[in-house]
Amino acid sequence: MIPSIRQPRAVRLAYNAYVALFFVYLALPLAVVSVFAFNDSQFPSLPWEGFTWAWFFGDARPVIGVFHERPILRAIGTSAFVGLCVSLLSVAVGTCNAFLFNRHRFRLRGLLYVLMLLPLVIPGIVLGISILVFSSTLANGVEDGMGWDIEALRPGLVLVVLGQFSFITTIATLVISARLRKFDESLEEAALNLGAGRLTAVRTVTLPFLAPAMIGAFVVAFLMSFENFNTTLMLVGSDAPLTITMFDRLKEGSTPVLNAVSLLLMIGSSLLALGMIAFQKKS
Amino acid sequence: MRAQSRLGLFLLLTPLLLWLTLLIVIPHIDMLLVSLRERVGVGEYRTSLANYLTFLTEPLYLWTFLRTALMSVLATALTLLIAFPVSYYIAKIAKGRVQSALFLLCLVPFWVSELVRTFGWMILLRETGVFSGLLQWAGLVDGPVEMLYNDVAMMVGLVYTSMLFMVVPLVTTLESLDDSVIEAGYDLGGSGPSILREIVIPHAMPGIVSGCIVVFMLSLGNYLTPTMLGGKESLWFTELIYSQFIVRFNWELGAAFGFMLLLLSSVIVWAVLRLTGQTLEKTMG
Repeated sequence: MIPSIRQPRAVRLAYNAYVALFFVYLALPLAVVSVFAFNDSQFPSLPWEGFTWAWFFGDARPVIGVFHERPILRAIGTSAFVGLCVSLLSVAVGTCNAFLFNRHRFRLRGLLYVLMLLPLVIPGIVLGISILVFSSTLANGVEDGMGWDIEALRPGLVLVVLGQFSFITTIATLVISARLRKFDESLEEAALNLGAGRLTAVRTVTLPFLAPAMIGAFVVAFLMSFENFNTTLMLVGSDAPLTITMFDRLKEGSTPVLNAVSLLLMIGSSLLALGMIAFQKKS
Repeated sequence: MRAQSRLGLFLLLTPLLLWLTLLIVIPHIDMLLVSLRERVGVGEYRTSLANYLTFLTEPLYLWTFLRTALMSVLATALTLLIAFPVSYYIAKIAKGRVQSALFLLCLVPFWVSELVRTFGWMILLRETGVFSGLLQWAGLVDGPVEMLYNDVAMMVGLVYTSMLFMVVPLVTTLESLDDSVIEAGYDLGGSGPSILREIVIPHAMPGIVSGCIVVFMLSLGNYLTPTMLGGKESLWFTELIYSQFIVRFNWELGAAFGFMLLLLSSVIVWAVLRLTGQTLEKTMG
C-alpha cells in the first residue's frame, strides 16, 4: 500500500473515506462545543434557539458571559499562575538533567535515567495521592514535633505546582535532551580555545543553541499544566484552577458559558502551539 | 579541570536527586507505609495487611479493579486498530503539505483540555443532544434517545482522549520505513496482508509498544471520562480511590487502592516490554 504500487480503485476510495471519517470523529466534539457557545438558550443542547454573543459578553442574570463571570476569570488566573510556575521550574530542572545525562558518565547513571522516566508511567492520580500522603505526613510531623502548622504542605496551590512539576519535568528533560544530543561539542571547545571560561562558553554558545527546545518545552509544560486534571484533583485546596472549576460546573449541569470558556481555551492554546511551531521552523 | 567537572556533576545532580527523592520515591514509600497501617483506635495504628484484605474480600472493589483493567486493555486495542490505518496513511501515502497538515490536524484536539473533549461528547450523546436530535429529525426514532451514561459512551470517550498518544509514535516509526523495502516485498511476490504482517508491523513495533503503554496508562488512570460519560454500572477504579481519599477520608484504604493501581500498571508495562523485547529507555526516551 504505497503510492508507487497500484491498488484497485475501490480499495483506495474506501481507505480515503476511512481517513476522512476519522478526522470527522476527531473534529466533531470540538465543533459542537464551539457551536453551542452561541446558542441563545440556558442549556448547551438542542433545540437551537438562535445566535447570540451573550455567553461571552452578557452581564446580567440569567445570562452572564465569560468576561463578567468572576469565578471563572479567577480560575483562569490561577491556572495561568500555576502553569507559569510549573513551566519555569520544569524547564530549569529539565535543562540541568539534559546536561547531566548527555555530558556526564557516572555511577548509577542508568538507574537514575530509568527513575527519571518513571513519572511517565505512573498514573496521574497515584502521583497526586502519594504527594498528598507524604506532605501531610510531613505537616503532621512538624506540627506534633514543633507546633508549627505549615500551610504550604496542606492541599493548595503549592502542592498543585509540585504535583504537576513531578511529571512534567520528565517531558521537559526529554525535549531538551533531544536537542542537546544534536549539539556539536567542538563549538564549545572552540569557545574554550578562544579563552572563554566553561560557564561563559555554555552561556554564549550552548544555551542559545538550546533556546528553541527550551521555549518549546516551556510551552508544552504550560499547556500540560493548564489542562492537567488528575493530579490536580487530588491536591487542590480552596483556589481551584480552571479545569477543576469547570468540572464542578459540569457536574451540576451548566449554561453555555462553559462552551464559551472552552472555545476561548481552544483558540488560546492553538495560537500558542502555532506560534511555537512557527518559531521552531524559523530557527 | 577534574575538580571543576566534579563540582559541575554535583551541581547538576542536586536538582535531579531532590526532584526524584522528594516528589517520586519517598512519597510512594510513604503511601505504601500508610496502606500497611490499620486503625485500631483514635490516633492508634498498627501494621497489618488489613487494607489489602478488605480489597481482596470485598467483591465490589476487586470486581471494579478487574473491570478497569480489562476495559483499559480493550480501549488500548481499539485505539491501536483505529489509529494504525490513519497513521499509515499520514506516514506513507500523504505527501508534502498534505502530510504535515494531516499530522497537525491530529494534534489539534489535544491542545485543549480533556474536560472540553469530554464535554463535547456529552453534548453529542445526551438525550437532548445532537445525535438524538439528528435521529429524530431523520424519523428513525420517535422520542429522544439517551446515549450517554453507558459503557459504549465511556469507551468512545476513552479512545478519543488517548488517540494522539497512539498516532504520534506510530507515524514517527512508520515514516522511517523506506518505501523501497515495501516495493521489494511486492517484487518478491508478497501480497498486501503478508507485507503488512512481515514488514510493516515488525518495523512499527517500537511505536506500537510505546503507543500502547501510554494509552493503557492513560485509560487506567483516567477519572474524568468514566465519571462524566459512564453510567452507574461503569464504576472506574480511580473513582474508588477518589472516594476513599476525599469523600470517606479513609486514607489507609485509599493508599492501598492507589498501590494496587500502581502495581497493576507496572506489571502490565513490564510484561509488554518483556514480551516485545523493548526497554523503557528505548520506547520512552
